[in-house]
Amino acid sequence: MKNYLTSGNGAPHTRALIGVLVVAVVAGALFFGLGYKRFFAPEKPIVLATTTSTQDSGILDYLLPVFAKRTGIAVKVVAVGSGEALAMGQRGDADAVLAHSPAAEVDFVNKGFGIDRRAVMHNDMIVVGPASDPAGIRGGKDAAAALKKIAQAGSPWVSRGDKSGTQAKEVALWAKTGLPLVPSPGWGGVTPVRPSGSWYIEAGQGMGEVLKMASEKKAYTLTDRSTYLAMKGGLSLDILVEGDANLFNPYHAMEVNPEKNPAVNFRGAQKFVDWLVSDATQKLIADFGKDKYGMALFFPDAGGTAGK
Amino acid sequence: MPLTSEIIEIVLLSLFVSGTATVLAGLAGVPLGTFLALGRFRGRGLAMRLTYTLMGLPPVLAGVVVFLILSASGPLGRLHLLFTPAAMVIAQTLLVLPIVTGLTSVTVAGKDREIRETALALGATPRQAATKVLVEARLGITGALAAGLGRAIGEVGAVMLVGGNIAGFTRVMTTAIVLETRKGDYTLGLWLGLILLVVAFLVNSVFAGLQGAGETR
Repeated sequence: MKNYLTSGNGAPHTRALIGVLVVAVVAGALFFGLGYKRFFAPEKPIVLATTTSTQDSGILDYLLPVFAKRTGIAVKVVAVGSGEALAMGQRGDADAVLAHSPAAEVDFVNKGFGIDRRAVMHNDMIVVGPASDPAGIRGGKDAAAALKKIAQAGSPWVSRGDKSGTQAKEVALWAKTGLPLVPSPGWGGVTPVRPSGSWYIEAGQGMGEVLKMASEKKAYTLTDRSTYLAMKGGLSLDILVEGDANLFNPYHAMEVNPEKNPAVNFRGAQKFVDWLVSDATQKLIADFGKDKYGMALFFPDAGGTAGK
Repeated sequence: MPLTSEIIEIVLLSLFVSGTATVLAGLAGVPLGTFLALGRFRGRGLAMRLTYTLMGLPPVLAGVVVFLILSASGPLGRLHLLFTPAAMVIAQTLLVLPIVTGLTSVTVAGKDREIRETALALGATPRQAATKVLVEARLGITGALAAGLGRAIGEVGAVMLVGGNIAGFTRVMTTAIVLETRKGDYTLGLWLGLILLVVAFLVNSVFAGLQGAGETR
């Protein structure tokens, strides 16, 4: 009996450990074995920090294989909010950034963290809400006026509340309403950016979660058109306000400055951004989504100065 | 929507990351828990309370800490481990270690009272008595490892942050579920959740088999 631990038999928990070890090693070997081409690719991969909207809309799944095939560079996508994407670039954890928060991007470039910022594409934002439309905003062309009506009616509104590009858009619209504003925890908690009231819900989540929440709560929200179209099937939300020039949502790409973060893959990042704004890629962007939704989700912007 | 081959890769990576983390945590946590239960030293009560507290460590907090340490601007940035499976293993090891340590110490301490005195009364040396306690606690220790693995394979906060949910590289079952749900594909999210539960059931069946084998000895 006392030889349990020392006799080669091993106590059951030793065998349990060995069992887990075998499972882990076999799974690891198969995983890395199946994907061996990726790990021995001739070109060093790049890390792209981008927004959840580009990942959730599916445009990256559509574009990146073309880039990988052409250049041999794999793009590892980390999808977060625009604020976090820029913070990743600032820390040197990403090689390139694709974001849609122009003011924060300009600040990022001015501080020297990013270089060579270029317009890639835009989509547009829309105000969506329940079909019953309790605030009566349907068909309006002025987003700020619609938000004011929602606030005055006290109808539920779901805000991203995560310092994303979408929230930046929302903050700008509330400022135009002329309503008294209070600080928002999701926006740093200092500057007054949102109206007060229990009808105003700060989700602190991505666009998809916010759309689902708005749908469940029969609330209004501001969303990019592409995420809305991609998720429309599972939502009971209608497009109520669209076509306001203030709802234009530009995406810019930039490389992380190698002078600030010498370890980044600058050459790979530069190739990627160059490719994004090339004529052929811009054509691909213009065609994306037409087969599935009958309308384009993104509009090519390269060469333009949109948002600069 | 992921292809079948992608789903297989996702399942394999989950098993690899969480399995490795459990093994590492087991190698450190079982001796540590035994020491906590049987050792007689100052601050033992405090160490136990700290261990129990850390058993509730929020995964996302472990994730942030590992993220900042491994970030290119962090102390270990030059290792380039952020957004790799290795970073996910490190974060999950931190999560599993307190669970294995805490549950091991509970089960060993429980057996300690019953068995050690009998063994000593029957003329065993203190070392022999301690060995006997550990042997008798084997079922509880296997359970501690199963609980640790369950925690690791089901958590999303830490692996999402330090792994980045990169397709084909750091995407595991839980982060894939988050992504599909975020994209509005609830059906696929639910299917992935079902696969996760089946995998967890199979792994636990292996554990149960081992425990059964232990009981009949």
